[in-house]
Amino acid sequence: MAIDIQKANDEATNRMMEAHPVLVGLGTARDVIPGMRDDLLLHAGPPITWERASGPMRGAIIGALMFEGKAKDEAEAEKLVTSGEIKLEPCHEHDAVGPMAGVTSPSMTVYIIENKTHGNKAYSNINEGYGKVLRYGAYSEEVLERLRWLDKVMGPVLADAVEMSGGIDIRALLAEALHMGDEGHNRNKAGSILFLKALAPYVAKTAPNADVASDILKAIGDNALAVLNPVMAACKAMADAGHGVEGSTIVTTMARNGTDFGIRVSGIGGLRSETRWFTAPVATPKGLYFPGFTEDDASGDIGDSTITETAGIGGFAMATAPAIVTFVSGTPKDAINATMEMYEITHTEHKFFNMPVLDFRGTPTGIDIRKVVEKGITPRVNTGIAHKNAGVGQVGAGLVRPPMEMFEQALIAYAQKYGL
Amino acid sequence: MAVTKVEIRSGAYYDSVVLMQLQRALADLPGVIDAGVVMGTDANKEVLQQSDLLTEEAKTAQPDDMLIVVKGEDETAADDALGKVDSLLSRKRGEGVEAAYLPKSIEAAVDMLPDAQWVLISVPGRYAAGVARQALEHNRHVFLYSDNVSLDDEISLKKDAAEKGLLVMGPDCGTAIVNGIGLGFANRVRRGNIGVVAASGTGLQQTTARIHQMGGGITHALGTGGRDLKEAVGAITARQGLQLLIDDPASEVIVLVSKPPAPSVAEKLLALARATEKPVVVDFIGYTPPARRMDNLYFVSTFDEAAELAVSLAENPPQPEPLPLEKFAAGQKYLRGLFSGGTLAFEAQLILKEYLPDVLSNAPLDPSLKMKDAVVSEGNCIVDLGEDEFTVGRLHPMMDNDLRIRRLLKEAEDPEVAVIFLDVVLGDGAHLDPASELAPAIADAKAIAADAGRYLEVVAVVVGTDEDPQDMDAQITMLKNAGARVETSNDVATRYVGKLIRALNPTPESTAEKLPPVDGAFLSQPVAAINAGLQSFTDSVAAQGAEVLQVDWRPPAGGNEMLMAILMKMKG
Repeated sequence: MAIDIQKANDEATNRMMEAHPVLVGLGTARDVIPGMRDDLLLHAGPPITWERASGPMRGAIIGALMFEGKAKDEAEAEKLVTSGEIKLEPCHEHDAVGPMAGVTSPSMTVYIIENKTHGNKAYSNINEGYGKVLRYGAYSEEVLERLRWLDKVMGPVLADAVEMSGGIDIRALLAEALHMGDEGHNRNKAGSILFLKALAPYVAKTAPNADVASDILKAIGDNALAVLNPVMAACKAMADAGHGVEGSTIVTTMARNGTDFGIRVSGIGGLRSETRWFTAPVATPKGLYFPGFTEDDASGDIGDSTITETAGIGGFAMATAPAIVTFVSGTPKDAINATMEMYEITHTEHKFFNMPVLDFRGTPTGIDIRKVVEKGITPRVNTGIAHKNAGVGQVGAGLVRPPMEMFEQALIAYAQKYGL
Repeated sequence: MAVTKVEIRSGAYYDSVVLMQLQRALADLPGVIDAGVVMGTDANKEVLQQSDLLTEEAKTAQPDDMLIVVKGEDETAADDALGKVDSLLSRKRGEGVEAAYLPKSIEAAVDMLPDAQWVLISVPGRYAAGVARQALEHNRHVFLYSDNVSLDDEISLKKDAAEKGLLVMGPDCGTAIVNGIGLGFANRVRRGNIGVVAASGTGLQQTTARIHQMGGGITHALGTGGRDLKEAVGAITARQGLQLLIDDPASEVIVLVSKPPAPSVAEKLLALARATEKPVVVDFIGYTPPARRMDNLYFVSTFDEAAELAVSLAENPPQPEPLPLEKFAAGQKYLRGLFSGGTLAFEAQLILKEYLPDVLSNAPLDPSLKMKDAVVSEGNCIVDLGEDEFTVGRLHPMMDNDLRIRRLLKEAEDPEVAVIFLDVVLGDGAHLDPASELAPAIADAKAIAADAGRYLEVVAVVVGTDEDPQDMDAQITMLKNAGARVETSNDVATRYVGKLIRALNPTPESTAEKLPPVDGAFLSQPVAAINAGLQSFTDSVAAQGAEVLQVDWRPPAGGNEMLMAILMKMKG
């Protein structure tokens, strides 16, 4: 069989770049996410069981079940999951993504991103902010209280505001943020402010009163990661658009659950059904730690946020975000070098995302498993670092590389599928 | 007793990363147990609380304040640490840490240095062919230093390269000099007008070094790798290199150096070398040349001789006279020699062997070249009219021109005849005024051809001295006035005739198996190179002032054979 891999990859990356993600609304997970059920929790990364789940993942599962009112404590939650009464499935198999543990339960409010070019949608929950939060496995009463506020107070106001705004163009927002020092993964300061700017005029109108409007705007404004979740969903909508191109070797998913790293490849398997994950144990990120923490406290790599690198931003756009290169004690030159290295393993340069410092060159886009394996260069991922124990939260931020074995497995699977 | 000290700085904004770095630097100081550097937000204070760093004083920090907390083993340690905050914040990084990105593949390197014409390869042999293929895919010439590349790989690389008009110098090519820049192990050699093609690295170095020592200089010295002149490879690179130098106006003299080539390869290469007017000094070490000199080819047997001869030719390059090829009509291609002197005819045949494959004669060098009938010319032939068959019942042609004149006029009517070659022997006993009879006949012969729309070249070799009774100068003038080209050396006359007829009869070797042309424009551009392998090659090219980019090369797929095989298949 003669496959024109180059052509297939052209198509996959073109679809990824031409995808036009717009935030069109918010809704309740059980109502909007395909295949969402009351006995289901979605989580970050490839499939995982309770037995193998990391601390933060377990904590987030417990917290989500308590939030749903299905469990009163850890023991009940564990029983629900281990008995099979509650199922665990990857966000990625339901058109969704979630940062860190990424646990999304049926009652949670989620952003709805629509790809205006190809029509596919993607979903992500609302970012809780810093400190003790569910995505890092915290499930204390204040965490649940915060979730309830997001769900009952902020969610409806944002939903109305987004609807009134006619939609927020996340691709345009990202393109602008990349010119303001963000790389879209670890640094979303500029993007979050742009997000606030886009929402504020409508929140002022849709909030029931000025106090609520103020609380919501403060919550978004204080949270430099406020836009991360819609950005991730936008990246998901773009990456998904490139999935399923026969013969393509482009990576369309990179995700971690704290135990395993997993990737999926455009030309191998489906997105929701007959999906094909290639997995390997996660590494521990290298980076800077918050006061009182060291690498010994770090959880294994976790979260769906690597969808940003998959779509051509995040660590791949490091050159445009020199402010955060010091996470790995580098220099601005190292930031440029990081992006230069990613050009080696990507298929093309992004049409819409570019970097002033590289003379407006497009970001490296479309990880090609062939290039990763041949050159021995794994993608560079910027990431937050979770504490290994449930409920402690974020302990740092830094850099991690996915394990090479996944790309090798994918290459072998490709050869088998296409009879090479 | 541990002491926790706090400093609060208002209105000082730092990126959280800078804060984290400062914190790490403080924590690393001697006597410091832990440190926290954050903006004074509630969330951050909570983090400090968890680490037992949130003192009462720290609690007073506002969200816009930078909050620095140091827990030292004692008060001095904590104070010292706080005293270092400013210097730590303003710490400059050392110079030289900003290393430029080193590409990890030929693909990326080509992207970064698009002007590069060359890819230098010195990676381990088992990977070298793969890297060379990538270079060719990106339309770059290859300098392949690596050895242990299989002959099959060499052949396929060179064939692919030739198809694309690219050079593969090597494998096992140690040295080359391009546009004044040495690649690999090259000597610093003066620029000049001598071009070198060498299938031997040290041969190239010795020859170019000797040229330099003798005051000469070189344009380019192109290596081919030691196996290039083997039958199986067919001198692809040497032929490409030779053609480049032939076409390069700056290379006025060419030197060709190799261990003895396969005979068929030598033939191909020499045929190509003869297709130029430029002098080509050939040093096929240990090869028995067909002659000391063949037209523009000069055969030598040592590097030293090659250098010496090249330098002397370079100082006084021969100015070859252009051949009047355009005067001839299509189909004119044959030589007819009408000799009166038997040994002159014999020598002419001997010399012509270097130019023409089969010259027939009634008195041939070899019985297989015997004319069927001496009276009827065919192909290229040298007729000795002094042979017995012509002299029965008549005077020898040195005394009686009648037979020769009739034959001359008859040859002039043959539309395939281009050149008539005569000897005119003077001296005691010979005809007293041969030109008075031959000159009008030559004029008539030329007129016959001209009337038929052709051009007839008549070459006469006059054998005589100024003391001969015939008045040699007058004889020569008469012949010249009749339109003949006159020489007094049989050697010179024969070589002229040989060159002319050879040019009118393209040999099968020079037309068959022609390689696609290599665009020589790159030879005059400033050298820019990509180097995969030995860092010293990058250093040496850079030291010579040329642009060079080192590739941080690694074995593909970490050297995993199975994955490499899949990747190869995926390349199709």
